Amino acid sequence: MNAGIDVPTIQRFGALYIASARLKSMSKWRTIIAAVDIGNPLFYLIAVGIGIGVMVEQGSGTSGTNGIKYISFIAPALLANTAITGIMDETVFPTIEGFKWRKLFFAQNSTPITGRQIAIGVYLAALFRALFAVIAYYILLLAFDVVNFGISILLVPIAVLGGGAFGALMLFAAAKIEKEDQFFNILGRLVIMPMFLFSGTFFPLTSMPVYLQPIGWISPLWHATELGRESAFDYGISTTMVVVHLVFLFTLLVIGLGLATRQFERRLSK
Amino acid sequence: MSNPLISARGLTKKFGDFTAVNAVDFDVAKGESFGLLGPNGAGKSTIMRVLAATSQRTSGTVEILGKDPELFGPLVRAHLGVVPQQDNLDGELTVTENLYIYGRYFGLSKKFIKNKIEELLEFAQLEEKRDAKVEALSGGMKRRLTIARGLVSEPDILLLDEPTTGLDPQARHILWDRLFRLKEQGVTLVLTTHFMDEAEQLCDRLVVMDKGSIMAEGSPASLIKQYSSKEVLEVRFGSDRNKEIAPQLATMCERMETLPDRILMYTEDGEKLLEEITHAGMHATTSLVRRSSLEDVFLRLTGRTLIE
Amino acid sequence: MSNAVDIAMNRRSTAMYAGRPYVLLERGWLAFRSTNWVPVVTGFVEPVLFLLAFGYGMGNLIGDVTTGNTTIDYTLFIAPGLLANSAMNGAIYDSTWNVFWKLNESKLYKTMLSTPLGPLDIALGEITWALIRGLVYSIGFLTVVTALGLTPSFWAILAIPAASLIAFGFASFGMAVTSYFKTYQQMGFINFVLLPMTLFSGSLYPISVYPDWLEKIIMALPLWHGIELVRAFWFGEINSGVFVHVTYFVVMIGIGLFVTSRRLRALFLR
Repeated sequence: MNAGIDVPTIQRFGALYIASARLKSMSKWRTIIAAVDIGNPLFYLIAVGIGIGVMVEQGSGTSGTNGIKYISFIAPALLANTAITGIMDETVFPTIEGFKWRKLFFAQNSTPITGRQIAIGVYLAALFRALFAVIAYYILLLAFDVVNFGISILLVPIAVLGGGAFGALMLFAAAKIEKEDQFFNILGRLVIMPMFLFSGTFFPLTSMPVYLQPIGWISPLWHATELGRESAFDYGISTTMVVVHLVFLFTLLVIGLGLATRQFERRLSK
Repeated sequence: MSNPLISARGLTKKFGDFTAVNAVDFDVAKGESFGLLGPNGAGKSTIMRVLAATSQRTSGTVEILGKDPELFGPLVRAHLGVVPQQDNLDGELTVTENLYIYGRYFGLSKKFIKNKIEELLEFAQLEEKRDAKVEALSGGMKRRLTIARGLVSEPDILLLDEPTTGLDPQARHILWDRLFRLKEQGVTLVLTTHFMDEAEQLCDRLVVMDKGSIMAEGSPASLIKQYSSKEVLEVRFGSDRNKEIAPQLATMCERMETLPDRILMYTEDGEKLLEEITHAGMHATTSLVRRSSLEDVFLRLTGRTLIE
Repeated sequence: MSNAVDIAMNRRSTAMYAGRPYVLLERGWLAFRSTNWVPVVTGFVEPVLFLLAFGYGMGNLIGDVTTGNTTIDYTLFIAPGLLANSAMNGAIYDSTWNVFWKLNESKLYKTMLSTPLGPLDIALGEITWALIRGLVYSIGFLTVVTALGLTPSFWAILAIPAASLIAFGFASFGMAVTSYFKTYQQMGFINFVLLPMTLFSGSLYPISVYPDWLEKIIMALPLWHGIELVRAFWFGEINSGVFVHVTYFVVMIGIGLFVTSRRLRALFLR
């Protein structure tokens, strides 16, 4: 019996099927997703941007931020962080759910869809959520006059790239761990929070003691933030450094995705 | 019944417009093993929760050791060991810690519980798993641990809600054996089940429930005697033909039930009936002669099967 | 007659209270010993990271802060606020997500209420456990901060009872709110309220930077009272304001306990 299953088509577009299934399940949560993705960075922007902005103006003025208004200075970082946390949510939870909580991946894998396609499908759906959030947030930044429309639109792909680089690693990590009970805690408090605080988000990386600066160097958030600042405000970063940032992020993305797809294949065939 | 341990009169529980339990009367004597048999949704679990003093009835009276559970909740609960339908063991603790902390909920002394734990681990055959986390236990082990936990306070009454649902046959038999031992020790058992074999195995006396009401009461043997014949002949003619052929069979036995997949014929002598059928030119695809069970009692009383 | 029955008779347990909230602490300790220590330890790290990032990073951009007639170093300015914040976070974690889990997933409270324990035992026990945790956080943080030379006055020691009061308030209130929530989406709402409160309540900058109306709203929020209370002790400025802040938390605790125990009863003893 064959109910008209077109195996070659599935083999070609399997990842997209997975992605669309993921997006469908995300849409159930759209209110909370929108609230978190837009609300959280907006609170940071208003509270820190304005509140601390006033104090920065009274203090060092704009000399510490290469002449950029403080609220504008932090905007690219918050944008990139939105992409990072959004993609993280949509890679970590579905992956652990798929392997462990509801074992959905094993069901999907019993069709012609491969583990590699499942991994990429989950990842694509996560990128899509981040893209949506980042665009919405970018429009808000324009409305608040925090950035000017123009080349600053590059902030959007840069943020998604930063999120994508980090998300690829998270996809791998979530597929790798067997016991998740403390994973979220450790991830949230010992990875996400320090990365958020020490990646030159609220102040230039160089104003931290030298021994803390390496946190920024390995942080996708810092690389995306620096690129974002350069595109939005002509921050004064050398072309070499722009290339370094881009290469770093792309390398991370490729390595992460390579590890993740391999790990998906492995765990599904175990 | 003189001095029942549990006594319910006109017990009714409504949830909004829905009547889950409808004016139910029953008594449970000390040392007795009492069962509530019925399909899912018959109101068994609701009654259990009222007995456990964790749910308030809408009307009627309930006394447990002479006390109204609604007025003396904590005191009544101190008399009870509760084994809920779904294991609600403490997943963050080990086997021993589960027993220990549950005893502490009753205010028992550490020393008392420490001694009790050894006894309970042996009873539940979990000595080797004493330091294991609950997650690492099989379904049968978890259920045995839940029962052991219910016993830590040396209760007068053990309430078991569907004790073997979801367990494989082997685990069920181990559990039945454990419950038998408790019966032998004189613990009063009140259990709900929708398995007729379980009710027959474990209950001295039971009530058959359907849609919130008690349909019949008695010992398993007396119920079968009263509501069914000695033997049952089950015949199948294929799912399409059963209905067609049923009218021809109806006159040949005392009573007959036509189910979608088979026909049940109630008689004193099943083999003889089968011969007669064959003789009459009807050839069943499969046939089986068995003794009547509580399943047949339920079918007779409600026109439905226990597991649907 | 069995032991358990004697105990229930002697204690004259009521439907609400068996007089044994301490068994909840015992249970908390058993669980902590085996699995739960990770969030506690990481929870302690968080305010320290904030202090390092904002204190030393932002300090360069801001310099000194003037509140009222005193001018102080920015790091010193934020330290008491962060302490209040960490007390809140510790208490909230234990009394919301943890309680949600025990209410809806593990059904632990249901199990407890099938024993002679009453709802008030559970409410008091859980809240005390959250309180102890808040206390441990604040002692840890105070130790670090003192080592960094950021405690100007001997009165700062009073920040510890103050932090406990804050923890108690948030724990009882958080548990009351959680008892109404049924889904994870609703739980997300808690974070959504906490983040702006955390950002706006003046731990990172004086709320005087905001317009009057916004300042009034912030002053109605519990965290602001908490921060001001800790700050008052920190800098040894004990005045009538302290009384107001304390009263605020006492009322909050009372409401929280009342609602929680009523709610547990309605949920499990109906």
